Amino acid sequence: MKRRDFISKSVQAGLLAGSTLAFGKDFLFEKTFAQENYDLVAVKGGEPAAMFDKAIASLGGMKNFVRKGQTVVVKPNIGWDVSPDRAGNTNPQLVKRIIEHCFDAGAKSVYAFDHTCDDWTRCYSNSEIEKAVKDAGGKIVGGNSESYYQEVSFKGGKKIQDAKVHELILQSDVFINVPILKHHSSSGLTISMKNLMGIVWDRGYWHRNNLHQCIADFPLYRKPDLNIVDAYQILKRNGPRGVSDADVVTLKSQLISTDIVAADAAAAKLFGKEPDTIPYIKIADEMKIGKMDLSKLKINRVIM
Amino acid sequence: MKLAFLKKIRVILSLIFFFSILFLFIDFRGLIPTEYFKPVLYLQFIPSLINTLGGLAIAAGGFVIVIILTLLFGRVYCSTICPLGTLQDIFSNTYRRFKKKKYYRQLKSYKWIRYSLFALVIIIFFSGSLIGIYLLDPFSNFGRIISAFAKPVLVSFNNYASFSLQKIDIYFLYPVEMKGTSLIAITFPFIVLITVLVMSVKTGRLFCNTVCPVGTLLGLISKISLLQIDISEDKCKGCSLCERTCKAGCIDRKNKTVDFSRCVGCYNCLTVCPSGGIEFKSCFTKKNKNNGINLDKREFIKKVSIYFLTLKGISLAQVKIIPKKESTVPIYKDYPVSPPGSKSIKHFTSRCTACHLCISACPSQVLQPSFLEYGFTGMLQPLMQYKDAYCNFDCTICSEVCPTGAIESILQEKKKLTQLGKAKFIKENCIVYTENTACGACSEHCPTKAVRMISYNPQNTIADKSLTIPEVKEEYCVGCGACEHACPVKPYKAIYVEGNPVHLLAKKPEEEKIEKKIDYQEDFPF
Repeated sequence: MKRRDFISKSVQAGLLAGSTLAFGKDFLFEKTFAQENYDLVAVKGGEPAAMFDKAIASLGGMKNFVRKGQTVVVKPNIGWDVSPDRAGNTNPQLVKRIIEHCFDAGAKSVYAFDHTCDDWTRCYSNSEIEKAVKDAGGKIVGGNSESYYQEVSFKGGKKIQDAKVHELILQSDVFINVPILKHHSSSGLTISMKNLMGIVWDRGYWHRNNLHQCIADFPLYRKPDLNIVDAYQILKRNGPRGVSDADVVTLKSQLISTDIVAADAAAAKLFGKEPDTIPYIKIADEMKIGKMDLSKLKINRVIM
Repeated sequence: MKLAFLKKIRVILSLIFFFSILFLFIDFRGLIPTEYFKPVLYLQFIPSLINTLGGLAIAAGGFVIVIILTLLFGRVYCSTICPLGTLQDIFSNTYRRFKKKKYYRQLKSYKWIRYSLFALVIIIFFSGSLIGIYLLDPFSNFGRIISAFAKPVLVSFNNYASFSLQKIDIYFLYPVEMKGTSLIAITFPFIVLITVLVMSVKTGRLFCNTVCPVGTLLGLISKISLLQIDISEDKCKGCSLCERTCKAGCIDRKNKTVDFSRCVGCYNCLTVCPSGGIEFKSCFTKKNKNNGINLDKREFIKKVSIYFLTLKGISLAQVKIIPKKESTVPIYKDYPVSPPGSKSIKHFTSRCTACHLCISACPSQVLQPSFLEYGFTGMLQPLMQYKDAYCNFDCTICSEVCPTGAIESILQEKKKLTQLGKAKFIKENCIVYTENTACGACSEHCPTKAVRMISYNPQNTIADKSLTIPEVKEEYCVGCGACEHACPVKPYKAIYVEGNPVHLLAKKPEEEKIEKKIDYQEDFPF
């Protein structure tokens, strides 16, 4: 069975590579020649995969982040046992496309996981992310066993300076953070920084010890190499799980940035909130983890 | 020797039943679709009996088939359908493979123990508790033994294998954390396992002929079975092979009699007899033997009834969760939470045989064996243990697998509105109150947003204007325990679920559509 999968996937990968050659570079990497050094790219009006093609192209393509032979860990939000239309988890189409880009850039292997809240096997399957990852040729890994988590420590945090972090984060060359923008009952909004709670074992500790400060502290351990904020469908209220699809608004947007604070600030704006009203964004800005003031950033705005 | 093929059929059938039931209990990855559970367990006597007594569908009457089978052929149930019977055969065969002494010996009938235990079970049942039945029921004991011992062993192997494979970048297997395995929950299955092991090794099927209530009942029925095994006066040469191969110890070679009420229908005697001296005879033509049952135990029965009537009173006492450390407000629960589909604690405890199949099948492992939460007479019956996990909102697996109808099938839509209990908030324990820092883990996890966050700033003294504190709207609460599980406060939670003795209907969460026209061509807000 595995062998058959492998063969069919090799054929798929071959076809993709072949069509890329046939249709030219623009098929995947649009306008790579015109790229500038943007701090943030915002795309609107397309499907998740197509928007990502545009966004990554304007950052010079995935090859700027993933080099040949490297291992990549993609961290979507798979926290809840809900279907994709409920916007509780990252869009599976987006996850799939990201992994495809990683492989096109020459990645040796791509892993995806999340430390879910609901029962993880159900989250993985109902979110359709497990299938998306496998279809793209990536490996989906569990995140709900403490045995995966390794003790790390880092400097500069005001409330946390150590944590148990998933071994994939320690082992992988490239770390791509793929949160979904959602209303969140604990932290106001969950975006890129909040999504990092899913690579940590003991989240209760954060909740007990000034949640906002902990969220702002943690990127000091390791900032993701790229943050891709899925704002295709968002939870406008009742987050992070949502009660029904009445909580969902289709924004058809996407943000990508290497600056985790800038990504969260822009996402907060998209949601309709000022970034400085979300304590952890403000704290992270003050701690110089990234820049919250969007007016000082070079932003590429793409409307499809 | 013509009848020797019967043993082969018996062995094949027993292995089919044994392994299909075993797989249901050890399937920690949930690979077996839940539709298979009930058909596989259809013929299990006690679950089927309780299911039918509970007034559920005639389709649940697998025990009737067992009775008919017994009326025709005797206790074939004990050697084919019963998984604990086959487990005992596996124990004794394995033991005899390595021992010189391979023979069984003839056993006394131990009638007094046998029938008084049976009477006790019946009395306890009519005094309103299943505890007698389910502590002795072979199927439930098998389930508890497998869930408590075989499954953890398998999971450990799986975890070891999965880590080894991950080192070479293969993620086909994944490690599984076993939650909440308490000492109490494994003590009773351990005692039963040791008893069964020792008894089967030493005396074959003595357990089935003294302890097991199903064995006793079917034994009584088998006295009037149509076809009974008997020793032929003419053909028997008195070699005693049958007696020494009989694991029930029910063959008396000297008198050439078979105590058919103790015969488990294994047909080993048919296979070994060199002269064809074992044959089937109709109950009408069989030699008349003196098998009178001494039912003159009125005094004893009376005492036992009084004893258990008293116990019923004890079982209603409230159970306190005793605090270990003194720090915040301790939690007292008046009622435990019974699983969705169980309707009420009474309905549940009067039908559950504590076979622990739901515990094995529960993907979130929120179902755990109880200790005294349901009272003494509900010991080992599963409850929702929110310390370890919480009930997955969309999941109805326990209701799909329950063989006794203690947890009745419930549709997902109905389950989502079934209130198992109500969340209670203890403000004095909450981080927001004690630390003035943001939390909301409870509200995050709440699937209906019965726990919501409201602005919190007493006397305008807190700098963080965005601070919020939980508020419970009980009418929307389904009692899934997500809030209790997620609450990070130690040692006492700031929110917990108080069980509903009778499950109620929760209000459907409001679904007001957000009216928002979005212009996808509009500029970004930054």
